[in-house]
Amino acid sequence: MTNHWIDLKNSDCIFVIGSNPAENHPISFKWIMRAKDAGGKLICVDPRFTKTAGKADFYAPIRSGSDIAFFGGFISYILANDLMFKDYVVNYTNASFIVGDAYDFKDGMFSGYNAEKKAYDKSKWAFAKDEAGIVKKDPSLQNPRCVYQLMKKHYERYTLKAVSDITGCAQDKLEQCYKLYGATGAPEKTGTMLYAMGQTQHTVGVQNIRAMSIIQLLLGNIGVAGGGINALRGEANVQGSTDQGLLFHILPGYVPTPAASMQELKTYNEKNTPVSKDPKSINWWGNRPKYLASYLKAIYPKQKPEDAYKWLPKVEDGKDYSWLTLFDEMYKGAFKGFFAWGQNPAASTANCGKVREAMTKLDWMVTVNIFDTETASFWKGPGMDPKKIKTEVFFLPCCVSIEKEGSISNSGRWMQWRYPGPAPLGGTKPDGDLIYELFEKIKGLYAKDKKAVFPDPIVNLNWDIATNHVFDPHKVAKLINGYFLSEKTIGDKTYKAGDPVPSFALLQDDGSTCSGNWIYAGSYTDKNMAARRDKTQTPMQEKIGLYPGWTWCWPVNRRIIYNRASVDPQGKPYQPTKPVIEWQDGKWVGDVPDGPWPPMADEKGKYAFIMTTEGFAQLYGPGRNDGPFPEHYEPMECPIPEHPFSKVLNNPTALKFTGNREGHASCDPRFPFICSTYRVTEHWQTGVMTRWTPWLLEAEPQMFVEMSPELAALRGIKGGDKCTVESARGSLWAIAIVTERMRPMQVMGQTVHMVGIPWHFGWVYPKDGGDSANLLTASVGDPNTGIPETKAFMVNVKKA
Amino acid sequence: MSLERREFLKLSAATVAFTAFGGLGLDLTTVQAAADLSKLKGSKQTTSVCCYCSVGCGLIVSTGLEGKGRAVNVEGDPDHPINEGSLCPKGASIWQLTENDKRITKVLYRAPNSDKWQVKSYEWALDEIAKRVKKVRDAAFIAKDAKGQTVNRLEAIASVGSAAMDNEECWIYQQMLRALGLTYIEHQARI
Repeated sequence: MTNHWIDLKNSDCIFVIGSNPAENHPISFKWIMRAKDAGGKLICVDPRFTKTAGKADFYAPIRSGSDIAFFGGFISYILANDLMFKDYVVNYTNASFIVGDAYDFKDGMFSGYNAEKKAYDKSKWAFAKDEAGIVKKDPSLQNPRCVYQLMKKHYERYTLKAVSDITGCAQDKLEQCYKLYGATGAPEKTGTMLYAMGQTQHTVGVQNIRAMSIIQLLLGNIGVAGGGINALRGEANVQGSTDQGLLFHILPGYVPTPAASMQELKTYNEKNTPVSKDPKSINWWGNRPKYLASYLKAIYPKQKPEDAYKWLPKVEDGKDYSWLTLFDEMYKGAFKGFFAWGQNPAASTANCGKVREAMTKLDWMVTVNIFDTETASFWKGPGMDPKKIKTEVFFLPCCVSIEKEGSISNSGRWMQWRYPGPAPLGGTKPDGDLIYELFEKIKGLYAKDKKAVFPDPIVNLNWDIATNHVFDPHKVAKLINGYFLSEKTIGDKTYKAGDPVPSFALLQDDGSTCSGNWIYAGSYTDKNMAARRDKTQTPMQEKIGLYPGWTWCWPVNRRIIYNRASVDPQGKPYQPTKPVIEWQDGKWVGDVPDGPWPPMADEKGKYAFIMTTEGFAQLYGPGRNDGPFPEHYEPMECPIPEHPFSKVLNNPTALKFTGNREGHASCDPRFPFICSTYRVTEHWQTGVMTRWTPWLLEAEPQMFVEMSPELAALRGIKGGDKCTVESARGSLWAIAIVTERMRPMQVMGQTVHMVGIPWHFGWVYPKDGGDSANLLTASVGDPNTGIPETKAFMVNVKKA
Repeated sequence: MSLERREFLKLSAATVAFTAFGGLGLDLTTVQAAADLSKLKGSKQTTSVCCYCSVGCGLIVSTGLEGKGRAVNVEGDPDHPINEGSLCPKGASIWQLTENDKRITKVLYRAPNSDKWQVKSYEWALDEIAKRVKKVRDAAFIAKDAKGQTVNRLEAIASVGSAAMDNEECWIYQQMLRALGLTYIEHQARI
């Protein structure tokens, strides 16, 4: 989230799309209702009439997978009706940037496409620069090659009629919706957009979020109280686990993993450190070498950063190692060993029948969990013959969260400390102890084997993470924060070896500081900041519920990021009744500003969006793999053979796989209905924790499928009937819920039906609960992230 | 951290106010309040944060000081500025998640081609896993790629996990995996 949960109360209009906070983030809804109590409006756009829709002032259903058409129409409406916040757009976004001559867009394709590689040459989308190397701009927004004009042209095609035809949403509804939210373009008004997996789990997932960001920027809604682009993350610490770099492409703190072509640290820094020639641009990622050097010193304190760098594994340039690819490789027999640590991929992965089969090809698997899972017991699952499965499985039982100590980071980036209540039950242990003890064993084997292969990175790893042989979260939290390794004088202050680094601004690239994760620098200094419980606020902070003394928030306890865009170039808040920061008597007050520099109009002022190279928010985003502007493409499985925007049906760069477990069926009479997966309040993820909790299981005991009365009549199904739901990949049973929450839609002149299924069930438990929704979903993914398209695929439904 | 007495009294007061409108037509306030407090008698209070969605609601965990020292109650932290004491059904069931006889409490091992689990010790399992990790790494370590570039990676072991761990655990886990040379490092955030 750019903002945070309490901040929802500050909004004049809350736009919920691809999420369902009333059911899936229930306590957040308290703050949405407070916004409504204060006169704010709630908009809900969802194919299904959810409980969030039930509380909405305005509800519009759209077909699952048609979001970019919906947003494209919205962008077009904002520009055509001049609803944008022009000062904000000119001052803070790249609307005025001139795009180079090589950029073009024709009939659904951007310039630079290589059909063989199914990829774009993104250099074709670069900005035009002057002789000094600074991007050319036209603040009047008249130049036909400026971003504003190109964007206007791009979205002119998204007429209300075309958008209505493809989304299935009536034109008058679209217009009312655009008008209602478009009103937040007034300088003193703010609106927020709340999304979750309903937006991301598509082959255009990243562009869905880009489209929302464009709307928010046009309306001046980023950086302000009651605004922002807010991902409602689905796990208590999925923000933190991402921050800590548990993904193939990033080290902690969003530092890219080194690739094979970057043999030396110097080469890495040259390739990964953006340079801006514009003195008013802060270009914060210009500091990246300091963050990588400090990370290297955290893991290998005795090595020089350039030597430690050589030990880091290098990914092959351009090779994908993401989730779906990982399981495709497992299916092909590429792995001997596998760790499924606190995860249940046999139920959570799209096309999980393939994943279950892939697991039979492993020599061994280590799995860590609280309860039995479909992953741990895959060898005795449906259709499996244990006698024929060689895979050894080690199940290490871990304790639950209230039995251990450590921090987690919520969706609003609050790092919150947890204390242990009861001791770990029976023979269970915290994950930290399991990791600590396992690596002690591995290290021991490497230390004593003279012939061991390349032991250096193992035997030298900083494993001072325990006290009396018990994992010590405080020690690790201090290491993540970072400290000085040798005496260092910065400005007029001298830091001794061992002193905690007070903020990432003091991290060095010469090996004199360590920090496990630069964005967490400042979280554990003279005290554990994440454990704070101080609710003191200044009157200004109290207006917007900032609570700067409660726990800690990355970066540098900044509660609303991009907040320099909440003020005009003189530093006066655009929304005086709910100011985030304000320049008063030569200093900033309110939230921690995005950097200490004076306001933009000042001689020493800087541009607002400090994390982008040029200092401006990106309406035009030349860094994505599938185009600088979001463009509508159908889901990889769709009910229509063509759409009104171009001849290109699907995302030409989507992540796809081949093989006998990869069935696909578009416009196939065998699978005529769109299906989407979703969650219920009483269960969580694959249900590993909630299915085993009787209070919750009683409330939602088994797999169901929601369908409209019209579809039920078509198939002769009544509420409560046991049905079969099947796709080109698998089939499962589900109990019918016939409900007007689901409505047939008119799409491109034909009636389209949708059904919905929860994904919380699995064969392990309960006995008659049903199996995973992911038996039906397809292993296709977004070209930028690889996230699977589980929110729109084609199925058939019949009475079992 | 122990719960401040001030906060504890406020919590009790909130419980009383709630039960006063219990709806039975009888004033059970005193009885109910006494029952609620007796539940917490002889327990210590610690704060935690809910393990389910990412709202980050504060919890007060009450743990028995005597007997087996198990959790006796988990409820919303009224001082927490986000949830102000409330919890959703999942958060409100964390006590039952914890004190649950279906939890796996012993190390389990499934041998090749076997149709059952065997109970094993941690010591045995960690030794065996470590041996297997080393065996695979020693055999499959890729020092140089096809172009002759030094890559120091291990592509024969993959890992997924985990957003269910604390920040400090995630950090040491990624550190361990990278020291081994893994590149197939993924978790829930991807899906």
